Amino acid sequence: MMDDFFIRALIAGTGVALVAGPLGCYVVWRRLAYFGDTLSCAALLGVALALLFEINTTLAVFSVSVFISMALLLLQSRVNLSADALLGLLAHSALAVGMVALSFMTWVRVDLMGFLFGDILAVTPFDIAIIWGGGAFVLIVLVISWHSLFAATVNVEIAQAEGMKPDQANIVLMLLMAVVIAISMKIVGVLLITSMLIFPAAIARRFATGPEHMALLAAIIGILVVFGGMFGSLHWDTPSGPSIVVAASVFFIITAIPATSFQMIKNASIEKRDTKQK
Amino acid sequence: MIQKNSFLISLKNAGFFRSGRWLVRGVNLTVNSGEILTLIGPNGSGKSTTAKMAIGVSKPDEGTAKKRKGLKISYLPQRISIDWTLPIKVNRFMNLTGQVRRKEADEALSLTGAIHLAKSDVRTLSGGEFQRVLMARAIARKPELIVLDEPVQGVDFNGEIEIYELIRNIRDELKCGVLLISHDLHVVMAATDRVICLNGHVCCYGTPMTVANSKEYKALFGARAVSGLALYEHRHDHEHLPDGSIQSKDGTIDNDCSPDHGDQSQIYKYSFEYNRAENHDG
Repeated sequence: MMDDFFIRALIAGTGVALVAGPLGCYVVWRRLAYFGDTLSCAALLGVALALLFEINTTLAVFSVSVFISMALLLLQSRVNLSADALLGLLAHSALAVGMVALSFMTWVRVDLMGFLFGDILAVTPFDIAIIWGGGAFVLIVLVISWHSLFAATVNVEIAQAEGMKPDQANIVLMLLMAVVIAISMKIVGVLLITSMLIFPAAIARRFATGPEHMALLAAIIGILVVFGGMFGSLHWDTPSGPSIVVAASVFFIITAIPATSFQMIKNASIEKRDTKQK
Repeated sequence: MIQKNSFLISLKNAGFFRSGRWLVRGVNLTVNSGEILTLIGPNGSGKSTTAKMAIGVSKPDEGTAKKRKGLKISYLPQRISIDWTLPIKVNRFMNLTGQVRRKEADEALSLTGAIHLAKSDVRTLSGGEFQRVLMARAIARKPELIVLDEPVQGVDFNGEIEIYELIRNIRDELKCGVLLISHDLHVVMAATDRVICLNGHVCCYGTPMTVANSKEYKALFGARAVSGLALYEHRHDHEHLPDGSIQSKDGTIDNDCSPDHGDQSQIYKYSFEYNRAENHDG
């Protein structure tokens, strides 16, 4: 018989995987990986603020993520810097401010490791409610705005000309990412949040025949990865958050092995490097 | 059914300013349903910018852009690349901005000669094939206005003529308006109602039909027309100086692109004369 906390962890992980997969497809298609990293750095500032004002961590992380997203939109229209430079500025400002704020709060003892790598075994029923509530919200919004989001992803100008309101879609996507980051922080931790978004989508890409198919596959693969990582961590007594990401890596490597896909991996790493450099 | 000659889009004295210079300025244009308006001009003359302002993709920095409320537009941009991570087949691409019935999508693909590609992955298409698919997508939506930014780039020469014929047929069938951007006027000629020549401003505009229908022009409407029209572009009543200012025929230099200069009637006369002269030589 499995322990209660383990079952809670699986339920929470499944909830995150269900939304992170489909949303992760957009992260991959739109090359937003670095944006995800920026939001996760900002998540630490959210944690600091939550401790300082004694408010809910998830809410604080969400608010800071939204703030950072909007700051990015504003800076992009005002400052003559490329998006990746702006993201770097924002990410490290948020991280540094978060660290400084934490150091001031001598009265709180913070389990920094828990925030960095997640604490999935400590999820409470309340956390599960937040994850599934937030996740359901994200999925509903994603389904409703799927068409305009997708059109804007393929080509902004066509979307704009043909009345799909791409600007609105961009803001929706940023908000959804903020929600997903806030709810998945507890599962894999600040450092590994982006992996929940990217890995399932990247693995699904191998087998997908269409965009919607890829989103569905990514959700399923995300769940498999969470289960794989959780049972692995139980078996080998390893930290759960990193174990989930290790499971994802293994899954990715296995699915990428067939000879015909060799070229694709090469392309993928080039693309990834290019995105980082951008 | 769309009413013929009803107003679709217009630009009034529109200009677009970026990085310290006016890409285009003082543009007036109107597209009504059932008519084909072609924008021509050299590279960097502001053709794409003008079209984008007209359909609301970019906001003009001066002047106004008007669009009929709820206007259904199909847009075929000059450059479009599909990210390699996007798994998307032609069939799905046809429904990009709205559901199109399967039968209509297939019909449109047949019209542009791309029906055999229906199940292909968009990223594996060649430039010309993709252009045909883009064209099919634009048609299948049954738009009231169709905006085509160099729709034949990468398409082989025979395909080019077919596509221009197709544009005219679509206009006749749907009674939609067409805003066409092109730099090969010699092929466009037969399929356009009005032409606007741009070079940072409206250099000239007019109807090509009277000329295109004349016997002499048709006789000359061969390979010679290419050079004839190429010459025409440099025979405006004004010169564009390297610093961006404009020298009129009478020698006055003006920094502004005032939209009212440029003689519309000259648009075909010059190419006409030039061709005749060439013919006599040969």
